Amino acid sequence: MRIGVVTFPGSLDDRDAARAVRIAGGEPIPLWHGDDDLKSVDAVVLPGGFSYGDYLRCGAIARFAPVMHSLVAAAEGGLPVLGICNGFQILCESHLLPGALTRNDSLHFVCRDQRLRIEDVTSMWTSDFDAGQEIVIPLKNGEGGYVADEATLDRLEGEGRVIARYLEVNPNGSRRDIAGIRNERGNVVGLMPHPEHAVEALTGPTTDGLPFFTSILTSLVAAA
Amino acid sequence: MIDTVTHAIEDPDHVQPFAELGLKPDEYQRIRDILDRRPTSSELAMYSVMWSEHCSYKSSKVHLRQFGEKKPETDVLLVGIGENAGVVDIGDGWAVTFKVESHNHPSYVEPYQGAATGVGGIVRDILSMGARPLAVMDPLRFGPLDAPDTRRVLPGIVAGVGGYGNCLGLPNIGGEVVFDPTYVGNPLVNALCVGAMRHEDIHLASAKGVGNLVVLYGARTGGDGIGGVSVLASETFDEGGPTKRPSVQVGDPFMEKLLIEATLEVLHSGLVEGIQDLGGAGISCATSELASNGEGGMHVWLDHVLLRDPTLTPEEILMSESQERMCAIVRPDNLEAFLALCGKWDVEAVVIGEVNDSGRLTVDWHGERIVDVPPRTVAHEGPVYDRPYHRPSWQDALQADGPDRLPRPSTPDELRATLLTMAAAPNLASKSWVTSQYDRYVLGNTVLAQPEDAGMIRIDEETGRGIAVSTDCNGRFAKLDPYAGAQLALAESYRNVAASGAIPLAVTNCLNFGSPEDPEVMWQFAQATTGLADGCLELGIPVTGGNVSFYNQTGDTAILPTPVVGVLGVIDDVDRRTPMAWGPDGELIYLLGDTRDEFGGSEWAHHVHGHLGGLPPMVDLQRERLLGEILVAGSRDGMLTAAHDVSDGGVAQSLVEMALRAGIGARCWVPDGLDPFTFLFSESTGRAVVVVPRSEELRFTEMCAARQLPAHRVGVVDSGLGADAGYPAGTQVLQFSDQFTVTLDEVRDAHERTLPAILG
Repeated sequence: MRIGVVTFPGSLDDRDAARAVRIAGGEPIPLWHGDDDLKSVDAVVLPGGFSYGDYLRCGAIARFAPVMHSLVAAAEGGLPVLGICNGFQILCESHLLPGALTRNDSLHFVCRDQRLRIEDVTSMWTSDFDAGQEIVIPLKNGEGGYVADEATLDRLEGEGRVIARYLEVNPNGSRRDIAGIRNERGNVVGLMPHPEHAVEALTGPTTDGLPFFTSILTSLVAAA
Repeated sequence: MIDTVTHAIEDPDHVQPFAELGLKPDEYQRIRDILDRRPTSSELAMYSVMWSEHCSYKSSKVHLRQFGEKKPETDVLLVGIGENAGVVDIGDGWAVTFKVESHNHPSYVEPYQGAATGVGGIVRDILSMGARPLAVMDPLRFGPLDAPDTRRVLPGIVAGVGGYGNCLGLPNIGGEVVFDPTYVGNPLVNALCVGAMRHEDIHLASAKGVGNLVVLYGARTGGDGIGGVSVLASETFDEGGPTKRPSVQVGDPFMEKLLIEATLEVLHSGLVEGIQDLGGAGISCATSELASNGEGGMHVWLDHVLLRDPTLTPEEILMSESQERMCAIVRPDNLEAFLALCGKWDVEAVVIGEVNDSGRLTVDWHGERIVDVPPRTVAHEGPVYDRPYHRPSWQDALQADGPDRLPRPSTPDELRATLLTMAAAPNLASKSWVTSQYDRYVLGNTVLAQPEDAGMIRIDEETGRGIAVSTDCNGRFAKLDPYAGAQLALAESYRNVAASGAIPLAVTNCLNFGSPEDPEVMWQFAQATTGLADGCLELGIPVTGGNVSFYNQTGDTAILPTPVVGVLGVIDDVDRRTPMAWGPDGELIYLLGDTRDEFGGSEWAHHVHGHLGGLPPMVDLQRERLLGEILVAGSRDGMLTAAHDVSDGGVAQSLVEMALRAGIGARCWVPDGLDPFTFLFSESTGRAVVVVPRSEELRFTEMCAARQLPAHRVGVVDSGLGADAGYPAGTQVLQFSDQFTVTLDEVRDAHERTLPAILG
């Protein structure tokens, strides 16, 4: 399975995302922000980082990159996309997911090992988890507070589209402790914490992040 | 009007503001002698910055020479002192470069940008050797935690370190946060970066090959970071001209990230003959050093430099310390490919000069010659001072005022209270308020990060080969005895690296002191450098480079002498690293080394009594070497599940940190022949706490006995002590037999509350 990993100027976790894909058993395919060719990939990861420096609103410039023109259309057609951290911000800016990510309520960048509960296992990126499974993966962001209007939040919860929630500590002031959401179809997932940093016992706090990357392979095989 | 060489010849008596630029009259005269005329204002600007203490090391050079003269026999050094950073062979064809630099004064003036650009500058030093920067660490010093000045500078400095490093995508894997009253008004921001490359990718700062082009790339040149040069600029501009920009540079980590990727790509594509980063003294430094190291000649068209502000004068352009810029020497036939790769990364690049064999560095501004100098006289042949120094008049009295008279806790309740007080002391308390603002995960190779003894990263994902780095310094020890203090800093850093399981290989340093014009400060500096050089020789690990920061003082009060020492170690397979957290029930806790009644300069004397006097702990580098060998062997042969060095706060603090990291309690006892207070809080060096599985106990203790390293069993990991001690079942406790019991919850609360209570 060919999983594309997009590099924008300022992407930082693109190598990590590619490594996670490889460890899960997929083939990572580098995609370049300036190239609208998706190279026939089966799914795409938008990695963490500070695309274009995030000097404007996070992700606001990245959404206009040539690769995003192709990606938005493909995602609307069902291509699986996982946006992690800055990738989540880009998905929101691209209107593939509702809501927005705002500055942490602490006003500090925060890096911590974060406990989460996986609440939706119907998405293409979470199917290898058990519903209600608790995991610990790194979280690191300065603008990770998920916000949306009450109606949108109600709808996300009502439709089971909150894929993960923060447990014990809400690290950034996200509404209703939301750590990640999916679109209606379940192919597009945005997640603020970093599963790609929890795929090896040696370098991560756990290997709890790996199922995000095996899930997509399982989902793609099942769909094939 | 532009001051040209012709003008300088025609108007020899023009009065120049050399004193305002920091040059002494004899230094100015020396420039006139070198040029056989007065310098132009541009030349004066170049010499003044390059001959500054910061760039020329004029007060420290005579002492720093010892690092070369006393260099131990070593085959690990691929590039030594004098380049942007030293390079160390770590095996398998890998080379590692690391260096620490100070950004103290800018960080006091503007904490966020000062700290941020400190990180940016050291990262470019590593990059300019051809290495991919892989991690950063930041040894920081502040005034007392509750001082108003600290509350101003600390949050900004931490945010700046994090803001730059996080956005750049480098994990922050260690460092220090230390508080002492002498750092009020003189915070220390030292920044370390480590990078790796294959041996064949090492690059040097030299302009070789007549006809090759000098390419400036990265950020545009602006008016930031221009210090004394504004004196010259003010001569050129009428009132109503641009206002003086701040002397502190402003960082753009996003541009630095692009600069890293673009630079590594042009280097790996073989498009670069020589490379230099732009830091202090900007284009003046880069061009004069490149020319001086190369064919000896270079011509620069200064008006080709891309500017952020078109009104900048040539003097300002030469001196600007705008960040995120690099200078490369490129063959003409490679230029197109070089520019294309820069374009790929949206990095602007422009040819500003050409290498020649004239032996001169010449600079033109719109066709007029404004600089014509021998580059070596700018870059490498600046003034050297052997400043007078003498032992301070107060040194004997300080050393005579030992800690023996200080009242010590003796009852179990007093000892218990002292343990909790110490765990909460600002210097010993959890630093997670600081470190949680740093990304330690990015790049996915971080194996150990703060609060572990050393930061450790994997270099080779196939083999698991990796490195460990630690930085340390106890300035109180250095105040009591600068020679011993520098060796104690070295010993602690060495021990921390060994505790992680890595073999110590090489040393870098950042020597932070007061004014070199004060003979007593200069004595501290001379003693510390001698101590460090002698210590490195004895431990057999070479100094690869470093940095000196003088003038860290307010009025007559200098900071504690703070020779921060960084040690780099190699580990064949990071899978064998030794962490700090101990393992499951039943594992045995051993204290390695000798514990003596040593409290001079200790954290206990400082925190509990506000006392600094006496002598620091005894230095025994042969013992450190032996301890290091045992720690590395224990890691390599799978005999240790955990290890932690014993330093500030003594054994009590080591046990507290290991227990908190594991979340599991232990039963401990005082070994025969020691009183509980000395056992818990003495800061004797050459010691570590290690944790051994029962199955390895015999093998491990026999190894220690055979090597004659004292090893005392002082405890056993035990998660089931809570109920017996009268707490609810499952409560984790640290129990000291016949003395006292504390729960991990109360220790954790004390340990973790201190910084947030003040900093929010």
